[in-house]
Amino acid sequence: MSEVQPEVTLLIGTRKGAWIVRSSGGRQAWATAGPFHLGATVHHLVLDPRDRTTLLLAARTGHLGPTVFRSRDWGETWEEAARPPAFAPPVGDAPPRAVNHVFWLTPGHASEPDTWYAGSSPSGLFRSEDGGSTWSEVEGFNQHPERPAWTGADDGGTPDGPKLHSILVDPRDARHLYLGLSSGGVFESLDRGASWTPLNKGIAADFLPEGQHEYGHDPHCVVLHPQAPDRLYQQNHCGIYRLDRPGDTWIRIGDAMPREVGDVGFAIDVDPRDPDTAFVFPMDGTDVWPRISPGGSPAVYRTRDAGASWTRCAAGFPAEQAWLAIKRQGMAVDAADPLGIYLGTTHGSVWASLDGGDSWAEVVRHLPHIYSLEAVPCGS
Amino acid sequence: MRVLIPTLLDRYTEGERELQGAGGTVGEVLADLEARFPGIRFRLVDEHDRIRKHIHVFVGRELAPDLASPVRAEDTVKIVGALSGG
Repeated sequence: MSEVQPEVTLLIGTRKGAWIVRSSGGRQAWATAGPFHLGATVHHLVLDPRDRTTLLLAARTGHLGPTVFRSRDWGETWEEAARPPAFAPPVGDAPPRAVNHVFWLTPGHASEPDTWYAGSSPSGLFRSEDGGSTWSEVEGFNQHPERPAWTGADDGGTPDGPKLHSILVDPRDARHLYLGLSSGGVFESLDRGASWTPLNKGIAADFLPEGQHEYGHDPHCVVLHPQAPDRLYQQNHCGIYRLDRPGDTWIRIGDAMPREVGDVGFAIDVDPRDPDTAFVFPMDGTDVWPRISPGGSPAVYRTRDAGASWTRCAAGFPAEQAWLAIKRQGMAVDAADPLGIYLGTTHGSVWASLDGGDSWAEVVRHLPHIYSLEAVPCGS
Repeated sequence: MRVLIPTLLDRYTEGERELQGAGGTVGEVLADLEARFPGIRFRLVDEHDRIRKHIHVFVGRELAPDLASPVRAEDTVKIVGALSGG
């Protein structure tokens, strides 16, 4: 009896354009198509899971302003947003805010097929209700009286600008949203973005005065389990955390990581079939900001017990002198069985595990610096 | 007036690098371009009508500091991407 082999398409945003990589032979061979928007910085390239056809791409170049493109033919043609994300004129004496780049794209709830969310740098939240053509501010966040305190200075924090990222939509409720601020923390809305509440209890912030803080934290990446949406994981500047709602206090599951490796990193992802299984890619958080594989020995760490313990997954990676780095959008999982996990590195390589993390191989190389990676069922 | 378009923008103008523009200020010239080539203006000017940091607009031989800069019919307006490094 023959089985249908799982195939996957990788959507890759880089510092110099976007590429689409398709597998064949049951994820054994990989064919690279592109570049798309050569020369543009592509922070995110996302497939709409609601129609499995529409791609949205967030682009800017060194010179030109930020915009969003849409393709409905897998990159053959692109249509630019008629009104890209942009801030409204300031109120009163507030300084004007201008979008430097669109950093994050999230498709809306399944019940809202034309809705998309975008996060920008400096931190702002935008929504489109026409499939990504025209974008409006989510005023409940951008105009919130506490927003300047939540997001901090528009030119502070993250080296290339503070970012609004990890926009999460509860699959059970279109009104229930989470977001992450690279300089600010995690926030939650129960009313489709009209109002927001900080959600940072239990999170360390060693760059702030001692004690707990309501906001001002540095989440690098936040994920929600698609089958168990009350389970969230967070890779933070200050550790790895889990939160089980309706609780509101994060637990530092990174404390179970080996001390010599630490629990600093940027990306985190989950096994879509098992809410207790998550993956991180530790990076050196010591010294003067190395942020590359600790000791030059890259490995993914996997938990299968919701963070109580972690297993080092290094088979296939070089054992030494391999100084890999991945960004917060640089890890993806597919939905195949066994699970595929993908890492897009700043060296322009994609490392893949097709056995749930046990072993790794470099399946794509020589791309530019990878900013984002998404894995989707094979596209035409 | 003549308006010179850099390669990084010529996908908006269907490859045209030299156009005839209209307007008495840089802002009016860009508004005229936007009417003909939708989307081009926001790549050059932010949401608060500031010429973007790495865009230079020359009117004749002078660098225009803002959209209010005057333009005469006999001027050449040259739009340049001004960024070094990789």
